[in-house]
Amino acid sequence: MQFGIFTVGDVTPDPTNGRAPSEHERIKAMVTLALKAEEVGLDVFATGEHHNPPFVPSSPTTMLGYIAARTERLILSTATTLITTNDPVKIAEDYAMLQHLADGRVDLMLGRGNTGPVYPWFGQDIRNGLSLAVENYALLHELWRTDVVDWEGRFRTPLQGFTATPRPLDGVPPFVWHGSIRTPEIAEQAAYYGDGFFANNIFWPKEHFIRLISLYRERYAHYGHGTAEQAYVGLGGQVFMRKNSQDAVREFRPYFDQAPVYGNGPSLEEFTEQTPLTVGSPQEVIDKTLIFREHFGDYQRQLFLMDHAGLPLKTVLEQLDLLGEEVIPVLRREFAANRPADVPDGPTHEFLVARAAADAASANAASANAAAANAAAADAAADTASVTASVTG
Amino acid sequence: MHPYRLVVVTAGLSQPSSTRLLADRLAEATRLAVEHPVELRVIELRDLATDVAKNMVTGFPSPTLADALDAVTRSDALIAVSPIFTASYSGLFKSFFDVLDNTALTGKPVLIAATGGTARHSLALEHALRPLFTYLRATVAPTAVYASSEDWASNGDTGLSRRVTRAAGELADLLLRRPAPAAVHDQQDRVVPFAEQLAAVRPA
Repeated sequence: MQFGIFTVGDVTPDPTNGRAPSEHERIKAMVTLALKAEEVGLDVFATGEHHNPPFVPSSPTTMLGYIAARTERLILSTATTLITTNDPVKIAEDYAMLQHLADGRVDLMLGRGNTGPVYPWFGQDIRNGLSLAVENYALLHELWRTDVVDWEGRFRTPLQGFTATPRPLDGVPPFVWHGSIRTPEIAEQAAYYGDGFFANNIFWPKEHFIRLISLYRERYAHYGHGTAEQAYVGLGGQVFMRKNSQDAVREFRPYFDQAPVYGNGPSLEEFTEQTPLTVGSPQEVIDKTLIFREHFGDYQRQLFLMDHAGLPLKTVLEQLDLLGEEVIPVLRREFAANRPADVPDGPTHEFLVARAAADAASANAASANAAAANAAAADAAADTASVTASVTG
Repeated sequence: MHPYRLVVVTAGLSQPSSTRLLADRLAEATRLAVEHPVELRVIELRDLATDVAKNMVTGFPSPTLADALDAVTRSDALIAVSPIFTASYSGLFKSFFDVLDNTALTGKPVLIAATGGTARHSLALEHALRPLFTYLRATVAPTAVYASSEDWASNGDTGLSRRVTRAAGELADLLLRRPAPAAVHDQQDRVVPFAEQLAAVRPA
């Protein structure tokens, strides 16, 4: 099981003093958080992609390439990469390049983006959002797996004899998660390809996501990639901790009350009751996160949102210390207990390389069998022919 | 047979309110006109006002509001009554239907009604409430009932009583003629097989 953090990269004034970081400070802070994530023993850092203020991360592979050079183990990912407004050719190239530089420590989460005005800035139309996600991913999938591609679709110029370079590291494309908060078609898409499905459940009640994840698992099995329990599920989480639960609530409340997305709405108490948000002691975070498994089954990746709503960098770094020291070790132990042996771990490049080798070996074995069967059939046919010849002769 | 599920949504704010009074008369008249067992549920939007506002902010309903939205979605017929504020339905009334799933009322028989201080605003039913429910693909009864102050002052066989009876009869007819309730909710999770999704984007 993999644990990590994901960040939106918002520039939000700290509601307790009105101070907002500059874009430069925020970008550097995101890098600091990624380095800290590795230091405290997390597995994944994922950045959002946005093309409008108040968000800074418009160029994820630039940022992740820089982080790759300064880390050793951390898997670098996105939350999310816009499969609708980015050219799939450019995604294929950028992330393959990043994959080489990071020695395989790269995967990505695809999403559509829900901000209407962004689409025309990139020559698209939000009304085609779902169709763009379907077509662009079909092309991206092929570009990473076929060396020379002839292709024609609705949304971009055709390709004749095109090779995306560099080719994926070790011939194995980065693992892809399809992110969605409400769209069954995306769960279906993830299942069809045998890719991962990331349900960003942090702002809504669980019932909705239980339906979506069950659908994905069921369809994953339907398409023959494994059992429903073996499908790759990722979940979000949102926490604020202090040793003492009351201190956490007191400190986080002003950030909660004015947070983008849900601020000026329900109370902190209502929201923590109805969504995955946990504000309290590390033990409370552990207890709440462990419940996810009961709702959604054994899963592969848990990403926490730690740094939004104007929380100062210093505070977020303290949060990561608590997460790494007190929460994650317990979660690793507890999630490993009673986990069926055939449920896969979070996907890594090494795992994908081994899986591809195993698939190739079984394909070779199958074709050898088929060749043997063909040879036997040919012999039989020859026998029949000679019998026929002898009868007529 | 199961009783028909009749739900009343009323957006009156005072207690007691003339909006609730009108809603109750419409519900009772509908019950009489249906001549089958009717299970009635009245939803007072005043009780849900903060939940509706929170839903607009967060995008999901509280358990209490979810229960009310579910009752409306599963009903066999709906009576929707709003006070007329500032020449139209009240903001709370509109907000409730804004947070309701936009397929929840498809094909559902709906009776619309309103109250106001003066009869001058009675056409708000026709230029505000009726288009709202038409947009939601409900089957709206032809008679919409408006009650102003003078309607409550008159006695006996007033125009209001006749309109209530006529509207309730129309709603009952729509309800009884309606085929077995469509499983609107179950269709939400219907999955479009991926081969169809791919085929839809392939150039012809």
